[in-house]
Amino acid sequence: MTRALVNVPARAKKGDIIEIKTLISHPMESGYRVGYGGEPLKRDIIQTFSCDYDGAKIFLAQFSPAVAANPFVSFHTVATASGKLVFRWEGDNGFEAEETAEIVVE
Amino acid sequence: MWIGGALADEIPRDQRRSGYETMRPETRAMQDSDADNPATLWVLDGEALWNKREGAAGKSCADCHAGAAPMKAVAARFPRFDAARATPVDLEQQINICRRDRQNAPPLAAESHDLLALEAFVAKQSRGDTIEPNREPGAKESIEAGRKLFNERRGQLNLSCAQCHDDNWGKSLGGANIPQGHPNGYPLYRLEWQSLGSMGRRLRNCLSGMRAELWPRDAREYVDIEMYLMSRAAGLKMESPAVRP
Repeated sequence: MTRALVNVPARAKKGDIIEIKTLISHPMESGYRVGYGGEPLKRDIIQTFSCDYDGAKIFLAQFSPAVAANPFVSFHTVATASGKLVFRWEGDNGFEAEETAEIVVE
Repeated sequence: MWIGGALADEIPRDQRRSGYETMRPETRAMQDSDADNPATLWVLDGEALWNKREGAAGKSCADCHAGAAPMKAVAARFPRFDAARATPVDLEQQINICRRDRQNAPPLAAESHDLLALEAFVAKQSRGDTIEPNREPGAKESIEAGRKLFNERRGQLNLSCAQCHDDNWGKSLGGANIPQGHPNGYPLYRLEWQSLGSMGRRLRNCLSGMRAELWPRDAREYVDIEMYLMSRAAGLKMESPAVRP
């Protein structure tokens, strides 16, 4: 099962700089390793991570095979409006995960 | 000074320190916040498993234990000595004993995601609790067996656990800091493993580092060592699920 954790402040003042933290369970198999029987292990990584907020894509990251398992990403943004933040992870083998968080901006 | 005893000197009580204290600030910060600690992913899965009905008996862990609150401080008292079976039992084994005797469910495989998840959820309820010396009848024998194994040289490198963790803690082994080897954070997320892992995994890791032959997965030796390590760590606070480099 995929589990994603996002941490967004529940409330902020308009114009505040807020910190957002995300964590997702994923093996991030690099494609360069071999298994116990010597067979090559197929690459299985998250390729992109993005965050949409207030009608815009405010953050986009492209991951490489060098990123460790269970990627943790934190970034900052400016609180502009109340609403939903939508986080999306997409990767190899049709991997998709989405998580949302609400923020109240006053 | 002449040092002739077969056993290395134990670390004086007032100098016993959790591995947490020698970690870099970034790694400490990761352990301190649930939002940053990757072990939280396992804890949440463990909470779901705790409440899930399993096996022919159709019972969940929560059905017997009335929620998770009674699990407070439990991990600080494991391994315990099971008098009926005349053997020490660690938390993982206890989970599988419950599955067999109470849920009529098949055991979870050692080091599997689900077993680590359940163990992490249970152990988290003991965060901050002090490790108490085990005074159960029968425990003493297991602690002494563990102490003997800890001090015994083994493997092609002919090393004992004590040579690193009693005699040379605080120094470096390659680029890594040698900790005192306290079991107060298991199961823990080791950055090197990129995963949560059990005490048993840590011990097997050390054994292969000494180039020693591993005991079978279910060998009593691992639990005896764990029993001794918990008695050695008495007074320290539980940090499960911890983060270590």
